[in-house]
Formats: sequence, C-alpha cells, structure tokens
Amino acid sequence: MSALLSVENLSVEFSLPEGNLRAPDGVSFTIDSKEFVGIVGESGSGKSVTALAIMGLIPNPPGKIVNGKILFNGRDIVRSKNHPRGREISMVFQNPLNSLNPNLKIGRQLTETLEEHYDLKKNEAHSRVVETMRKLGIPDPETMMNRYPFEYSGGMRQRTMIAMAMLCSPKLLIADEPTTALDVTIQAQILHLFQQLREDSETAVMFITHDLSVVSQIADKVVVMYAGKIAEISPTEQIFSTPFHPYTVGLLNSIPGKKNQKKRTLEAIPGNVPSLIDPPSGCRFHPRCEKRMDICTRKHPPIFNVDGSMVSCWLYQEVGF
Amino acid sequence: MLALSGGRILDMFLEVKGLSKEFPVEFSLLGKPKRFLKALVDVSFSVKRREIFSIVGESGSGKSTIARVICGIYSPSRGQVLFKDSPLNNDRLREIQMVFQDPDASLDPRKKVKFLIEEGLRIHRIGEKLERNTKVREILSSVGLAEEVLHKYPHELSGGQKQRVAIARSIVLEPQLLILDEPTSALDVSVQAQILNLLLELQQKNDLTYIFITHDLKLVTHLSDNVMVMYLGHVMEMGPAADVIENPIHPYTKALLNSVPEPGVKKITEAISGEMPSPIDPPPGCPFVTRCPVAFDKCRSKPELCEVENRVVRCHLYK
Repeated sequence: MSALLSVENLSVEFSLPEGNLRAPDGVSFTIDSKEFVGIVGESGSGKSVTALAIMGLIPNPPGKIVNGKILFNGRDIVRSKNHPRGREISMVFQNPLNSLNPNLKIGRQLTETLEEHYDLKKNEAHSRVVETMRKLGIPDPETMMNRYPFEYSGGMRQRTMIAMAMLCSPKLLIADEPTTALDVTIQAQILHLFQQLREDSETAVMFITHDLSVVSQIADKVVVMYAGKIAEISPTEQIFSTPFHPYTVGLLNSIPGKKNQKKRTLEAIPGNVPSLIDPPSGCRFHPRCEKRMDICTRKHPPIFNVDGSMVSCWLYQEVGF
Repeated sequence: MLALSGGRILDMFLEVKGLSKEFPVEFSLLGKPKRFLKALVDVSFSVKRREIFSIVGESGSGKSTIARVICGIYSPSRGQVLFKDSPLNNDRLREIQMVFQDPDASLDPRKKVKFLIEEGLRIHRIGEKLERNTKVREILSSVGLAEEVLHKYPHELSGGQKQRVAIARSIVLEPQLLILDEPTSALDVSVQAQILNLLLELQQKNDLTYIFITHDLKLVTHLSDNVMVMYLGHVMEMGPAADVIENPIHPYTKALLNSVPEPGVKKITEAISGEMPSPIDPPPGCPFVTRCPVAFDKCRSKPELCEVENRVVRCHLYK
C-alpha cells in the first residue's frame, strides 16, 4: 500500500539579508492514512517549514522549495495547480487568535469554510457546523456560534480551530504546536480530543511539537528533526525505550522530574542549536555530540535502518548494512 | 501563621502574611472603583534561607502577581511582606531581584550586554568604573558566557545566552532572594536543562534563596524544597515538594498532576473538564467548585486552609 503522504528529499531555501539558509534540508518521511505522526524538534529545526511546504504556503520570496517532491495520494503537489489544501489537507496553528478573524462571529467563520468547498445551502452548512462543534466538546454550539473570537477562552478557540479543520473531513490534518500556548489541564483536554479524533475519523494527523512527552501519548511514529535534517524516525514505544540518535538520547535525558532521578543536576546537551546560515560541516549535531568520531565532522550521515528505526548517525553504519 | 513543617522553622527569611491584591476594573461616574479583579486572596507563606520555594498554577492563578508584590512592583491591597523580619522598603529591594520569562522583552534591544549587566551597579552607584568592569567580567564568567559577548547586542545572542545575560543582570547586585518567573519556558528543551543547572550551581555558590514560579510540575519535582499550588488567587495546597507531588491531597493538585504528559507513557487522561473561572466574577464558595470532580454540598461555602499531616490544604474533604 502506498503512503497517503510521502515527502521525498524536501529542501526549502530562504534568501535572507544575512545569507541563504536551508531548513528543511533533504528531508524524507511518509505518513500512511489514519496514521498519527509526531514531528519533534527545537526552534529552527525546520519542522514548521516542512508543514507549510506540504500546505503550499511557503512565503515566496524569501522562501522557495528548491528540491524534492511531496506526493499526496501519489500525486506531486509541489508543482500542481490544484492543491488539495483546505479540503483534503488542513492545518491548525499554534496561536488560534492569529488564525481567527476578530471581526467575524465564530459561526460565520465556520460556515464559510463549508460554503467555500461544498455546494451547501445555508441551513445545511449551519447544522453541519453545529454537529462538528458538539463533537469537539464545545458546549451549547448554537449560542457559541453567535460569539466573537475574543469572547472565547484559549482552549475553546483551539477547539474551534480544530473544528474548522475537521469540517471537510480531511485526509490529513497538520497540527503545528496546537497545545503549546495552553495551560496543562487544557492541554490534556485538547490531547484527549485528538485521541478521540483518531478513533472516530479517517483522518491522518501530523502533530508538530517541541515536547517529546506530548507525542508519546498519541503518536504511532515519531520523527525527530535537528537543524533542518532528520535525526531519527522511530515507532513511538521504541523512541522512549531505545533511542538511537545521540540527540534523541540527549533530549530524553534533559527532561526534568523523571521518576527515580536522584541527582539534581540534569544531563544537559552542551552548546546551542547552530545557525543554519553557516551550519556545521558533516553531521550538524557533531559540535554538541559526545560520541562524535572523525567521519562526523566531514560527512553528513545517510539514514541507516536499525531495528525498525531510521537513524541518521554514523554510529550505526555497520549495524545498518 | 501556619507553619510549613513542624519544628523545621529556623529563621524566616521571607514571610508573606494575608496578602491580597485587587485591581479595579470598572469605575462609577465619579471615578470610584465599582468592580475588582481579585488577583490574590489572603495568601500567606514563608520561605526559609537557601530554600527553593516553587509556586505553581495555571495562567490567571495569581502566581506572577505574588512575584510582583514581593519585588515592590505592585503594592498589596491588604497584608504585608516581611523580609528578614521587617517590612520592605526601597533600600532593601536591592536584595530581591527578579528574572523574567522572556529575555527578548526584559533586555533593552538597543544596549550592549556590558551596559545591560552593569546597569544595576551604576544605578546603585556601586564601585568605580574599573571595579565595575571587573565585577561585570566576573559575573559573566559565572553565568557561563565568554567575554566576547560583552560587546554584542541581545539580538546577536541565542535564546539560552540571552537568558544567561538576564540572570547575570539579576545577580550582579548580589541579591539574597531571586524570584524566577518561568525562567525556562521560552527556551528550547535542550537549552532549558543547561539554564536549570546554572541556576542550581549559582544557588549553591552564592547562598541564594529562590522563589521559582512555573506552570511545569516536572520542574517542581526536580528543583524545589517546598511548593505552593495556586488557583484563582487562592492557595490550594502547600507543603514539601516531594510529598505534594508524590501524594497530592487536593483534588486540584491531583488534576494538575494527571494532566502532565509523561514521556514514554501512553495514556490520555482528561483530568478535569472546563476552564478556570474569571477572577472578576469568581464562583461563590470554593474557587475550584466549578471543575472539581468530587464537589459536594459543603463546597458552596469557602473552605479555610487546614493543616493535614505536613502541609496545608484548602478543601472541605479535610477537616
């Protein structure tokens, strides 16, 4: 069976006054239908740009897809005129206040989505919106539709954004840090909502976050990105039981408050995330890596298959072949 | 004053007694305030010297307001803050410093790092120019920054470096109490651990006392001696951090802990439904009554703080 979404060797280049930078740089991964994929990375790792590239929303200039293919249902959508954005692929952003129009009532913004994509009568659109809002746990949808975004709380706004994204029953939902701006109790509610979505709908989800522990709850597969490159792709259980890439190991070690942690000092990853305008030679993680070898400074490692994981690290060269 | 743990009270370093803070939100025609936002309601706690005291709560719980009152940015509506047994005044505010969440907002973008770190010394007229220079360099190396950073602007630094500069700024006046308001939540995960290690090291080296404000319970377990859980301006539960996190008593603390995703554990729990009510129009009775899974009749009246084992709890279930 071919994948629902297949990103192949994707590179996006930005021309900035300080120089050109590439993030993502040669990234490949796949998402099957109904699969829940977590994309984890720090700021500047290229995770959000990858999402925008899939949506066909890279701001040009300064950005440009310079290499690679994005196949959706087997069709390359990078260069196609008829982009499936909106109806088949939809996206939820981090800050719902930036995504909602402050001057329109919530109800109008939701029915607009349906009227744009389907030939629906007003009352049909209305009842479908009510139904979707109810499914997403928005109490009293009829009244709530008559309110403006500022009258909503943070959690309700994010629910509304998810409702909007799910209205057309997309095949792929991209969520870019949907819980980062929320309080923990509300984050738990939204994560629970995503869990319900994956049980009740046919939608595949690409969930972008910087917090490994968030994806551990819901994802089937985790893609770890670092400085524009893929570090590791593993099934979720495996990434927590046996992480392979030294960066993944470092990330897991630097999570505070783990059970049976005796020492107060954390095992931090030394150094900083590198600038992508002038990235380190060879493997981009080598200046911060404890296990670096000669070859790491010279050549970027390809992806090796290790025990069902895909790891971009020279440590696994022999194991991989 | 409710003692945190019997017998362990040595010298009270900071004591907050019956602190309330109200902000007027609506005025009558004559300009008299009509309605208030109750940010803090009768908050009392004490911090011992060299302790790391954490305050946790969701946004709107009043945790940052406490920080601002202790720092003298806000004046309290009722209650008082005693620092080493006497009320705060301007001369002694130097001994209390604050590190803010977002270094982009707390560092002046038009000033170089040297100026930023030296600023406090200059304002308080400490030392000659040369002495100040040495001091700045000393502090810079103690927060783990290289000297070349001195002549850079904040925008040339990474997030972690900026937060180090913010910490350097706050410790240059050699304070005794440092209030850290979510100091790592704007940072990347791999850098957050570095900054926490730095803060722990500085605390050991300089005998500092920390008030650590966070919404991240994982950090509390990791760092603190005592913790205070806040909701809607009220203290809900307070006690030794290890005990509170291991064995929470208050339904809100339990819900908060259940909401934290644990790495590698596949479970989704919607711990509590609903959202925090507005502090302008709080529910009558217990502040948590609207979301509490175990609320009963009695919760329509407000529970007082009561002592349970080694901690204090505000809940009718414990009397």
